[in-house]
Amino acid sequence: MIEVKNIEKSFESNHVLKNVSAVFETGKTNMIIGGSGSGKTVLMKSIIGLHRIDGGRIEYDGRNLPDMKMSEIRMLRREVGMLFQGSALFDSLTVLENVIYPLEMFSPSTKEEMLERARFCLKHVNLEEKAFGLAPSEISGGMQKRVAIARAIALQPKYLFCDEPNSGLDPKTSLVIDQLIHEVTHEFEITTIINSHDMNSVMEIGENIIFIEKGEKAWQGNKDDIFHVDNEALNNFVFASELFKKVKRTNQ
Amino acid sequence: MGLIADTGKYILLMKRVFVAPDRGRMFFRQFPKELEKLGLQSLPIVAIISVFIGFIMTMQTKLNTSNPLLPVYTTGLVTRDTLLLEFSSTILCLILAGKVGSNIASEIGTMRITEQIDALEIMGVNSANYLILPKVVAFVVMMPFLVIFSMALGIFGGYFVGVLTTIMTTGDYLVGIKFAFVPYYVFYSLIKSMIFAFLISSVAAFYGYYSYGGALDVGKSSTNAVVNGSILILFFNILITKIMLN
Ligand SMILES: Nc1ncnc2c1ncn2[C@@H]1O[C@H](COP(=O)(O)OP(=O)(O)OP(=O)(O)O)[C@@H](O)[C@H]1O
Ligand SMILES: [Mg+2]
Repeated sequence: MIEVKNIEKSFESNHVLKNVSAVFETGKTNMIIGGSGSGKTVLMKSIIGLHRIDGGRIEYDGRNLPDMKMSEIRMLRREVGMLFQGSALFDSLTVLENVIYPLEMFSPSTKEEMLERARFCLKHVNLEEKAFGLAPSEISGGMQKRVAIARAIALQPKYLFCDEPNSGLDPKTSLVIDQLIHEVTHEFEITTIINSHDMNSVMEIGENIIFIEKGEKAWQGNKDDIFHVDNEALNNFVFASELFKKVKRTNQ
Repeated sequence: MGLIADTGKYILLMKRVFVAPDRGRMFFRQFPKELEKLGLQSLPIVAIISVFIGFIMTMQTKLNTSNPLLPVYTTGLVTRDTLLLEFSSTILCLILAGKVGSNIASEIGTMRITEQIDALEIMGVNSANYLILPKVVAFVVMMPFLVIFSMALGIFGGYFVGVLTTIMTTGDYLVGIKFAFVPYYVFYSLIKSMIFAFLISSVAAFYGYYSYGGALDVGKSSTNAVVNGSILILFFNILITKIMLN
């Protein structure tokens, strides 16, 4: 479980996160939703410690990140996997090497064991063997996302962060990626946090939803409640597309 | 104000760069690649520029000092000492600030905006150390070789004035090249160029590392790296010369 309390974050005069508190549960797909520029990525990167927060607490099962020394943060990061908005695969390495990389950094295993683990993870995300030797620039965006997931789960993380896992993907591939994340979360009892502005994903896999509006937490709940909330910003977000407007009308 | 803040940020970054790599293996895997990319791949441009400048400098010196009272060694001596004192260190580094500086800044800047640096940090890697140290060390190590190479080719280029034109003989040129040679100048040049190499690579890495935004911003970082790297070279040139040649 990750619990954040009263987080504040500014970039010079730009006050991005305002007093955000939330609980992210273990073994569930926790989602942070909100419009573009609302501060989702900054919140996620703050939770992992890539941004230093100006105030507040970030507790990983009771361990407060802002209190930790750099060496302790490094230890914690062995338990963290992250899928970045743009995949962030290392372009100088092949697909397979990208997945082996975190293993080389952290795990004490032999070369063969690492190779086997990397292959296992890549197969787990349905990547074909023939893509293993290619460079990230030679595979499609959807495949890059899958490689990035494989890399994120290679070390069997306790905490998994996904920043817009299906941005730039077609609806079908998006669904596959969402389900993959949902699956590993439940299979390995991971505390997963997903940033998204895609209502389809929210309906598909959102188990604990946090809505961010202009850097403030405006709502928290689950996907069954999300249609019946009296919050203008949230309603604008949820019912932005015709499809969900229809859903609302049929529900009424 | 911005300058002071940036200097502070630069020093803090360097403190993260200059620590022992957590994974020596990773450093030694990267280091030869950087030697090749920053050093060996700079050889062609260094060669071309040095030969041509050596040639043209010799020709210009000869044509513009056609006073029969000047001793025969003048032209060779001027060419040699200009190469040894300034061209093969300062001017060469200004040129390399363009090539190597923009290369480093754009490579690291691209890794920053595509979140590859964040990905490294997530894996517990000290990204500053992992990405920047091999580049800085490789470039500083390669620099003396580039300088010596440039000096030799510059002198070689000057020799061709005697071969290809009738304005002077190769014999006169060689007399000048050997006349009153001061080995300390070479030492001075090498030390100076290694300091420049450090400035070029570390400043470029700084601008790349703190890129924020998109591809356009990487371009800006790259420009900043080259411009500020060059200004620093000129400034340090005066400083080092005062210390070493006074
Ligand atoms: N490193 C940074 N330096 C300065 N400002 C930043 C930085 N990162 C983010 N910001 C600012 O923080 C605000 C929130 O950005 P953020 O990337 O978190 O939005 P987001 O909700 O993830 O949007 P999107 O859905 O488009 O990814 C923006 O105004 C942005 O300009
Ligand atoms: Mg974002």
